[in-house]
Amino acid sequence: MPSIRPLVSAIALASSLIAASPALADTLRVAIMGEPASLDPHQVSGVWENDVVGDLFEGLVTEDAHVQRIPGVAESWDISDDGRTYTFHLRQDAKWSDGEPLTAEDFVFSWRRLLDPNTAANYAYLLYPIKGAEAINKGEADVDTLGVRAIDAHTLEVTLTHATPYFLDQLSHYTAYPLPEHVLKEYGRDWIRQGHLVSNGAFKLDQWRSQNRIEASKNEYFHDADNVSLDEIIYYPIEDRNAALNRFRGGEVDIAREFPTQQYQWLKDNLPDETHVAPYLGIYYMALNSREGHPTSDVRVREALNLATRRDVISNNILKIGTIPAWSIVPEGINDYELQEMPGHDMSADERMARAKELLADAGYGPNKPLNLVATYNTDDDHRKVMVALAAMWKPLGINLDLRNAEVAVHYQNMRQGDFDIGRAGWIGDYNDPQNFLSLFETGVPNNYGAYSNAEFDQLMDQAAGTLDMTQRAHVMESAEHVMLADFGALPLYYYVSRNLVSTHLNGWEDNIEDIHRSRWISIEK
Amino acid sequence: MLSYIAKRLAMAIPTLLIVITASFFLMRVAPGGPFDGERQLPPEIEANLMAAYHLDEPLPMQYLRYMGNLLQGDFGPSFKYKDFSVTDLIAQGFPVSLELGGLAIALALLLGIPMGVMAALKRNTTVDYLLMGTALGGIAVPNFVIAPLMALFFGVMLGWLPVGGWNGGALPNLVLPVVALAIQQIAYIARMMRASMIEVLGSHFIRTARAKGLNERQVIWRHALRPAMLPVLSYLGPAIAGIITGSVVIEQIFGLPGIGRYFVQGALNRDYTLVMGTVVFYGILIVLMNLIVDLLYSLFDPQIRYDD
Repeated sequence: MPSIRPLVSAIALASSLIAASPALADTLRVAIMGEPASLDPHQVSGVWENDVVGDLFEGLVTEDAHVQRIPGVAESWDISDDGRTYTFHLRQDAKWSDGEPLTAEDFVFSWRRLLDPNTAANYAYLLYPIKGAEAINKGEADVDTLGVRAIDAHTLEVTLTHATPYFLDQLSHYTAYPLPEHVLKEYGRDWIRQGHLVSNGAFKLDQWRSQNRIEASKNEYFHDADNVSLDEIIYYPIEDRNAALNRFRGGEVDIAREFPTQQYQWLKDNLPDETHVAPYLGIYYMALNSREGHPTSDVRVREALNLATRRDVISNNILKIGTIPAWSIVPEGINDYELQEMPGHDMSADERMARAKELLADAGYGPNKPLNLVATYNTDDDHRKVMVALAAMWKPLGINLDLRNAEVAVHYQNMRQGDFDIGRAGWIGDYNDPQNFLSLFETGVPNNYGAYSNAEFDQLMDQAAGTLDMTQRAHVMESAEHVMLADFGALPLYYYVSRNLVSTHLNGWEDNIEDIHRSRWISIEK
Repeated sequence: MLSYIAKRLAMAIPTLLIVITASFFLMRVAPGGPFDGERQLPPEIEANLMAAYHLDEPLPMQYLRYMGNLLQGDFGPSFKYKDFSVTDLIAQGFPVSLELGGLAIALALLLGIPMGVMAALKRNTTVDYLLMGTALGGIAVPNFVIAPLMALFFGVMLGWLPVGGWNGGALPNLVLPVVALAIQQIAYIARMMRASMIEVLGSHFIRTARAKGLNERQVIWRHALRPAMLPVLSYLGPAIAGIITGSVVIEQIFGLPGIGRYFVQGALNRDYTLVMGTVVFYGILIVLMNLIVDLLYSLFDPQIRYDD
């Protein structure tokens, strides 16, 4: 008989490892949707990293609780008449979390680094409006040629290739955050390690245990530190939405970013005050393959599919998570933009169905020649439900859907290769501007899965890019979207909603269309 | 004995080499790459990324580079978790997985063996039926069903235990994941122990022991238990593999920072180096565990000797 002593001592050892967790006065505990790929703003491309990185750093421009753009590191700015030169006046008291002064040079340094091909930053293209940026990122020009210049320690001049009305919005994005040149010079790639990482936001990094927790505490050098209420934040990366919900219910986290859709009804009934669902800057759509040889390259087929889709049924009866049926690509609530809608949206369901039948017959499909379509989606319960619903809705028209699912990486590779007729896609806006959505349909852009192409649309988008007046620019883009919708260039299904669980003892949380919530605005009710 | 160990370790090298080579190329055959996601990157940015991770080189060249680095103990950078090397990630995650898995194995043995013995001794009584019925339930219900139910019941409804999180390995945080991970193994071990105990109790040497007038306690403890445990011992190899794969699910459900979840996430993200790192690490671990189990055999069965 072997001794069980080692086992007993193993258990004793384990129980002796009990660690008391520090309980600071005002600690916010947030379940974020996954492990950050990095805390280096240049290496990040996901949504949940924004929660952490956006608390640690601050750009020239930043967001208030309602995500209105407000001055960040820059106190004020001047824009030249041609809209191509921006002069930012930085706060005199701007400091890093180690007390070092933050200067215009830090911005020059970090934007050059972002665009340096060796940095291999996913989101470098967001700063392409800056003169020379694209050429640098392609390795065709030296980083010194970037149109960014420190006039003095507190004045930064930025020159753009052409006027870019959404440029200020982009500056609040994490790609445009300043990085501490003095720290990067000292530690190189290791600057991001805990103990080295220095930031300029309302909070500073204390500890990062991979896949476990990230701890940040209030940055006393932050320019608005007096108005930051929280002492500490702990972010828990939790991929499993049900686990996040359970931990919220167990009182272990104060905020859960995103909850499982299947639980929405239960949450509405049992935790109505904690459950936050709000319109979100995103569109869920089906890419329709316009490449030659695909039935969906025929505009009549695309129109028929669009007309025969009961979007209200998908949102209200199938998904039931408060999503808003969509007849356009640009969601409602975007700055200066008037919602466009596809032709046929105001017809009754029966009228639409009848018209769809006519269109398909016209295109040569009917009882003797059924329309067979390949529909692909990335593996997910909700996507499957939507696809099955579409198959059922289109069945009466004699359409047979061949449903094919694959994991995300494979699905998008198939989409890029044009290996589909109907393909599930979604787009979350990088910034609050219609251009960010409509550019998905410009000829030849990487994310134009369906290879939609229309010269008039492209021309209008070019025209919008050169229009300085925001209202006029919005009108041009409205016309562009109108063209695309009349072409039935895609099959929009619904506008996304954000889904958060927020404890009722928190103040300062505001639902907003970008679903950005900086912790500096949050306080804990005593 | 030592030369046997040396021989076994030498034999492990080609095994590991095959595992590494096969996983390296299988991983690359899988469609989709590490930078394919919901939004496609502009071509120049993708080119920058491919160059940064040497993915623009021909595959045989990448393989040689990987093997060269591996020989120096360098698993390479993770493609997804960019602030950490794969070595960092494994070093941070392994103690967690080890504690979790070690405790689960310990619990499985501590409960499984007595349950099996008890059932064998009380064969075909209510006790037996109850124990084996429970065990059957433990085998039938997978841990990804049990774990969330336990979290819901003990964590959310009763509030006795934390719903998830590691908290530095605090005991309350360990209870649910360890139990969830152990349940299936407890059940297997109990059933196995029962069967082999019954077989041993019917054998000649037990009859002899009883004939010598030994009391039942002595018969069981001194003569029956050790040979009856042999099948359980040989099951430890698969049990450890089971615990490792089980921890992939359990770590995800309870949000524990072990390496199990890297396996799944790494594969889904096409994080080639992270998947390779965990494969190599687990490969070595399983080879070592099997060797240890084989060595333990000689302790339990005098007929087994590892002579030179």
